This record gives sequence, structure tokens and C-alpha cells, in this order.
Amino acid sequence: MSSFSALESRGVDHTQRKIPLAFRLHIDLPLLAGLFVLSMLGLFVLYSASGEDPEMLTRQITRIAVAFTVLFVVAQTPPHWLKIITFWLFVIGLVMLIAVPMVGESHKGAQRWLSLGVVLVQPSEMMKLIIPMMVAAYLSEQHLPPEPKRLLIATVIIIFPVLLIAKQPDLGTSLLIASAGFFVLFMAGISWKIIAGLVASAAALLPLFWHYLMKSYQKQRVLTFLDPESDPRGAGYHIIQSKIAIGSGGGFGKGWLNGTQSQLEFLPERHTDFIFAVLAEELGFIGVLFIFAIYLFIILRGLIIAIEAQETYTRLLAGGITMIFFTYFFVNVGMVTGLLPVVGLPLPMVSYGGTSMVTLMAAFGILMSIQTHRRLLNK
Amino acid sequence: MIPTLKDHHFEAKMFRNRVVIAMGVVLFMVLVLIVRVFNLQVIQHDHFTTLSNDNRVHTVSLSPPRGNIYDRNGILLANNRTTFRLELTPNKISDLEGTLERISPLISYSTEDLERFHKERKRVHKFDSVPLRFSLDEEEVARFEVNRHKFPGVAIRDHQTRHYPLHNLTAHLVGYIGRINEEELQRIDPVQYRGTEYIGKTGIEHYYEDILRGTPGVRQVESNVLGRAIRILEETKPTPGDDLFLTVDSRLQSIADEAMGQYRGAVVAIHPKTGEVLAMLSKPSFNANLFINGISRNAYQELRNSKERPLFNRFLRGQYPPGSTVKPLMALAGLETKHVHADESTFCRGWYQIKGYKHKYRDWKKRGHGDTDLDKAIVESCDVYFYTLAYRMGIDAIHQYLEQFGFGKQTGTDITGEQPGVLPSRHWKEANLEQPWYPGETLSVGIGQGFFTTTPLQLSSAIATLANQGQRMQPHLLYAIQGAGVNNPQIQPYRPLNQVPIKNQANWDQIHESMRRVVHSRRGTAKKVGRKSPYQIAGKTGTAQVYTIKQGDKYDEASLPEHLLDHALFVAFAPHEDPEIAIAVIVENGGHGGSVAAPIAKQVMDKYLLETAG
Repeated sequence: MSSFSALESRGVDHTQRKIPLAFRLHIDLPLLAGLFVLSMLGLFVLYSASGEDPEMLTRQITRIAVAFTVLFVVAQTPPHWLKIITFWLFVIGLVMLIAVPMVGESHKGAQRWLSLGVVLVQPSEMMKLIIPMMVAAYLSEQHLPPEPKRLLIATVIIIFPVLLIAKQPDLGTSLLIASAGFFVLFMAGISWKIIAGLVASAAALLPLFWHYLMKSYQKQRVLTFLDPESDPRGAGYHIIQSKIAIGSGGGFGKGWLNGTQSQLEFLPERHTDFIFAVLAEELGFIGVLFIFAIYLFIILRGLIIAIEAQETYTRLLAGGITMIFFTYFFVNVGMVTGLLPVVGLPLPMVSYGGTSMVTLMAAFGILMSIQTHRRLLNK
Repeated sequence: MIPTLKDHHFEAKMFRNRVVIAMGVVLFMVLVLIVRVFNLQVIQHDHFTTLSNDNRVHTVSLSPPRGNIYDRNGILLANNRTTFRLELTPNKISDLEGTLERISPLISYSTEDLERFHKERKRVHKFDSVPLRFSLDEEEVARFEVNRHKFPGVAIRDHQTRHYPLHNLTAHLVGYIGRINEEELQRIDPVQYRGTEYIGKTGIEHYYEDILRGTPGVRQVESNVLGRAIRILEETKPTPGDDLFLTVDSRLQSIADEAMGQYRGAVVAIHPKTGEVLAMLSKPSFNANLFINGISRNAYQELRNSKERPLFNRFLRGQYPPGSTVKPLMALAGLETKHVHADESTFCRGWYQIKGYKHKYRDWKKRGHGDTDLDKAIVESCDVYFYTLAYRMGIDAIHQYLEQFGFGKQTGTDITGEQPGVLPSRHWKEANLEQPWYPGETLSVGIGQGFFTTTPLQLSSAIATLANQGQRMQPHLLYAIQGAGVNNPQIQPYRPLNQVPIKNQANWDQIHESMRRVVHSRRGTAKKVGRKSPYQIAGKTGTAQVYTIKQGDKYDEASLPEHLLDHALFVAFAPHEDPEIAIAVIVENGGHGGSVAAPIAKQVMDKYLLETAG
């Protein structure tokens, strides 16, 4: 280990004069540009979705500023430091997750928060990052692909917190973490047979999930997803209104600030989980394609960083983090357009709210750190 | 365990493979999303645009103000007044039962109010407000306003309510409006009744519903999810209903009402030359204002069960035997069809017998009138003379002649619910009783009894026709229509009906003269009213039997219960030379036409001919 870091630091020193400023600041410019454009577009849509509320806008700008600061700070941290603290982060995260049902704070019927004296923290949110880090760190102790015993332990590392979070209940986050873990395993090169086996066992677990973990409102959401018209005024209302907003937007949209579904408040959760519907209504299919392009750009950039990464740990982590971001995006748009059941995930970087943004920006900080802490070989 | 370089290369290659697969998955999934959004935004765009508009655009109906109703001189008979009512919006009230309970000490309401409230609540949208109590008085309004903050979702709203300033005086004539009921809901055009809860139920209000109602306006409102209107997109103003002027003179109506006093009956006065109905009254009456927002069950039961039958529209639906009032027409029929000559006399010994029958048809005067010619028969109202005449003419000729005066069928006056009365004929009896006609029945018809019945409106129209030299005019109530914002009322034309053919003008003059002598000669049955009259009246009294006296018994007024007493009738027109008014008065169980009904008619005619300029 020490030899790697020595090599790396020497390499940086050696090439200091040739490398650009951004690299020295540990910033990946394409990624930063993508994130910046996305958050600006997010503010633009949020201003409309909030009913032109300057206060909400100010708070969101503050959050974005904080999030970019976090990104910048994390980007300075060399990946191997992260690897060293990963295990302890995992232990702390797990302890807090276990503590949540006992001493946690409840909001809206879900127990997700833990009071640490002055601040409320959401352990499940931290686990979104810690799990892929932990799995990547664990699997990187051996060369890939992992042997069955390791794979089994890695699976337990993923499943255990996922179940704890699902119990809170926070179905969205637990699915997100499960998929993040799965993507790390996938990147680690597990055989297709095992992938098929995992998918099959996940499918087999679904009924158990249904009976023991899911609350009645969550079951209702799934049933509603299968047939939204069954209860148009109740559970199906969100998705019906959302589809109306998107569909009535048409090719070019109703115009910024002119979406009737959102401005007249027919669309629920319009500045948080359903903000995509506001965008689609006001900016139309053109706007949708534009924001899709930005997401795609960020995701592809993340995956390129993963390919260019030089170590097992950084590769797996970069790949895992990027796929979390993709999952966020896909599940949110999928649920808002009625392709997936409503699971309560925000649209990353666009929805109003701070926690997930900070987590995501920390994740992108890690990506930048991975990209900019590489050994640069002379060509 | 330090990985070898070979391992390292293998791992990088494998990892690169997996990332490329991941990219493929990402691209595929994004494509799925694009297809999905494309489907919603482009392919199903129209569908969702419709749904979006359904969401935000609401149509609010603007109810038109109902037209006012005036009498011929512009006296208000029906208008709209602002009243206050208590309305609840169930959607905004979390605890409806509790709220209702807390309201009752402030504003009392009956169980019927509550029943109607709940019934209506189920019919409307939950965002709509539903009235609980109508016509709040000032004290109730004040009491509630003070406590208003304690009742979210409850409000006092002002509301246009129909009002009939003359109360009982015009109840049967003008009628009333009421809240649309289930049956009417099936029948009416929902577009025309948008935004209104009321419909004309009876009388003029019913007959001229379409003119009075107006056309509702529509307002397209953009509203938010709570149903609160944000802005008006489009508005079509309601067209107010037209005002109506009736031919009726409320002063005559009022005089007739006073003159009738406590009697039950009807008064109908018609202008003979135009057919304009000048007064039309049914006694006793009721207060139409009670019916507008639903009369309470007790009050309604009381009205319905009253022996006086105040709800019964006598001038329109009351079918009375015309009695002797038909004699001038019978006499005219006899003269014109040459069944009798004016100078020809019949001897009246107090009864009449058909050859071969034992039954004695009695005259009202037991001792008889002696030698009686046509004039005397009318002036003294000799029954035997008309038995003879009727027998001579036969039912077919009588029916054929009297039919021309409008008996036996509706006059077609512009008011709903008219009864046709009965002008008996062979055909009628066959159809209704499945019996052949007996000659004796012809005698009863000759003196306006038997199967012969007529409504007061019909009777007055027949007398007006007689007064107008046989030219029958359509009796009508609508004098003029005045659209909102229009200065000149649109006067409705008169409509002549059939002309009764005049074979010999002398015959008509004879009848008019004999009728004049009923009132103005020493032996006339209505001489009391003619004594000091400054104008000449042509009239005829009548007394219609309610109770058939057995052969050999005698009619003893004192021993009969009141409801079996004869109806008193009087028909007249005046002035005799140039008739301006024709009138029919029926006083139920009033006794003698000359002493009871004639003075009532006289008062109305006095008012019309002496105090008003026509």
C-alpha cells in the first residue's frame, strides 16, 4: 500500500508543471460543467415549481453552494484515505442504522433520523455512499473477479443494511442501496450465472418483502401503479396528475411559469419528487431531451472515469457511484412518468432538498478525486 | 496479496467490458425513458391536454334574473328580492354533524330543512355549497356574523328570491315558482336551467316560464386544485328574463277580493271587445310566498286539508253548473234557430211534465209565473219556459248552439291547468257514461243544470261573447312583454276566435234588453243592484243546485247544512249599450245569485267603469 502512495505522490510531483490547473485542484472539468449546468437548470425549474418563491430559491442556492463545497473538499481527499476509513464509516453507519429504530426521530410515520446533539442525521442517506465504498474496499483486497466466499460476504454487507433501511420504512433508499451494491458486484466481474442467481433470489424474496417489510401504504402504491385509475382521487392521484402534466406539455411545453398543472397546484410534490413533471409540462419534449442529455453526459463521464481508474478499489467505487446516480435518475423519471411505482426518490440535483444533494456531490467529489489522483505515466 | 501484472491486465480488461455493458444498459434505459416521455408528450398529447383543461377550466353558470310581473297599470305582482340564506360547503367542514349541532342555537332550522339539506348535498359536487336555511331575518344574520369565525365552511349568502307583494290576491293567477324537483329535472333542458334552482310551478309563472326565465350566462373560470377561481377566461353574460305586464288590474282584483269577503268562489272579469282578463280571483287564497323555498310540511298539510280548499283554483278548475245564467244564451239559441218567437208565451204553472212521464220538473217559483213570454222568462228566470224551449230544441240543437260560446272545452287562456267543463251531448254521454241520452236530461241542460258544468272563466268568456255581438275573443292574461333594457313594452295583439253567426240582429238586441231588465226592471231578479246604478247593466242571476231535492220534497234553506246550499251565480256586462266589461261571479253555497253574487259583480264593475279610465 505504502508503495502505491509513494509512487503516486512522486508521479504528481514529477509532472507538476505539465498538468492543467483544474487537475491540480483535483477538479474534473467535464463533470463539473455537467453538474453545474444541471443544477442551474434545476434552479430554473424549481423557481417555477415553487410558485416563484424567492425564499425557496435562496435556500436551494445555498444548498447547491454547500454541496459544491463538499464536492471540492472531498475531491482533495486521496482515494486511499477513503479506503482506509471505509471500514470504520461502515461500522459507524451500521451502528447508527441499528440505533434508529430505538432512539430515532420520526417524521411522517417513518423513523429515519438520528439526533446527534445539534444536528439530525439520516444514516440511510450516508449508507448510499458507504455501501459501495465498503463493497469496493472489501472486494479490492483480492484481484477480480471475487471468489464465491467473498461474494457471499459482500452480499451480506449489502443485504443487512438494506433490510434495516427497508424496515424504517424507506423503500426508495433501500432499493437504491441494494442496486448500488449490485452494480459494484457486477463491475467486479461476477459471472452471469451468479447475476442470474441474484436476480432470481431477489425475485423470490419479493413476496417476503411484500408480506413482512412493506407497509400498507407502500403496497397501495404498488397496486396503484398497476392500476392508477382504480383510485383517481386517492392513491392514484399523484401519478394521474403527473402524467397529465407531462402529456399536456407536448413537444415544446406550455412555457416557463405557465404550466397549469403545476401553477394551479394540481400536481402534488411538484417542487420535490415530481419536479420532472413540471419541467416536462413547461419545457416540453425538447426540455426533457435536454435534461436527459445532461444526465447522460454526467453518467457517461462517470463511467469513463471508472474505466480510466487504475486500482480495483477506485474502479469499483467510481462505477458504483455513477450507477447510483443513474439509478436515482432512472427511478425518479420512471415513477413520475408512470413506468415504475411511486417510491419517493428525488430527481438528483434538481429536486428541492439538501440531504441527497450533499450526498451526491460528495459522491462526485470522490469521482473527481479518483480521476485526479491517478498516476500519470509519461507518454 | 499483491496482484501480478497479468492479473492486473486481465482485471482491467474485464472491468472495461463490464463498464461498457453498463453503458449499454444506461443508454438502453434512457432510451426507454425517452420512448415513454415521447409517448406521453407527443403521441398522447391531445388526450392529456383535454384532461389538463378539464382540470383547470371550470364552467360556472350565471343565473339570469327572472322577469318581473306587473299588472296592466305597472303595479308589481312578482319581483326578485335579495334575501339571505345559510349555506354550508361540506368539503370545507371536517365535522359536519358537530357543526350542524353548533349552528342550531344561533340559527334554528327544522328537521325538514335538515332532510332537504342532506338530500341536496348528495346531489351536488362536494365543493359546492348547499343551503340549509332560507330567508334569514336580520337578527339571525347578525347573530351568525358575530360567531362566523367559529364556523369554517359555513357562510351567509345573499340570494335573489321571488316575492309576490300582493300575497294572497294573485296567488292563483300569478302562481309561484319553487325549487326544481326530481320529476321536473327529467323534463327540463339542463342548459337552460344552469345555475338556477327554481322553476315556475303554477299560474303565469308556469305558463310563461320560458319568457320569464331568461338565458343563463356561462363563465369559463380557471381554477386551482382547491376549486378557487384564479381568473376568468371567457364570459357570456346572462340574459335577464323579460318582464310581463298582465291584462289584470290589481285594483279590480282587490275590490273583488274585498267584495267576496269570507265567501268561497270565483270572480272573472273580461273586456268583451279584446278578451283581456281584467280580474280573476279564486277565494279563499293562500300566500304564494310560502311556496318558493319549500313550504313546511305542517303548513302545507293545513292548506291541503282545509275544508275551504284554499289551494283549489276555482276560476280555472272549478266546474260549476251555470244554472240560470245560461238562460239568455238558451233564449238566443231558441230565437236564432227559430224554435221560438219572442212574443210567444208559455203558461207556467210551477212545474213541467213531459208527455207520458210522471216526473214533475219544478220551477223555482212554486206557484208558477203564469203566462210567460221570452222577456219575462229571462227577467224573472222562469224555469218552465226554458224546460219547454229545451224540450222543443232537443239536446243536439242546444249543444250545437252553445258550443259556439266555448262551453265544454278549454278557453285556451294563457294559464296552465284549465278544466274544460261539460257541455252535455248524446256523444258525450255515450263516451263518458256509456248510456243513451234521455229527453228529461235535455230539460236540465235548458236551465244550466244536470250534466252541464262550466268554469267561471268559461262562463265569463261566454258572457263576453254575448256582449260583443257574438265575436268571441281569446281570453288572455298577457298584456305586454318588456325585454330587459328595452323601453317600449311589446303589446300583445288581441286574438279573435269564432264569430257566432247572427241570423237576426233583433234577436240579439232582444236578449241584451231582457238582460238589462233583469237588473233594471221592477220584477228583475237582480233589481237591487240596478236601482241606483249610473250606468246600465245587462245581467242574469243564477242559482245552481248542489243538492238534488227528492220529488215532492221542498228546498228548505234553513234546514240544509251550509255545504249543500245552492251556489249563487251572477253574470253581467256593462254598460249595456257599449259593453266594456263582462263578468261572472260564483259564490259557493251562497244561496241566491241576485242577493249575494250580483252585488259583488256590481262593486267590480263600479270600480272599473266609474273609477278607472278603462
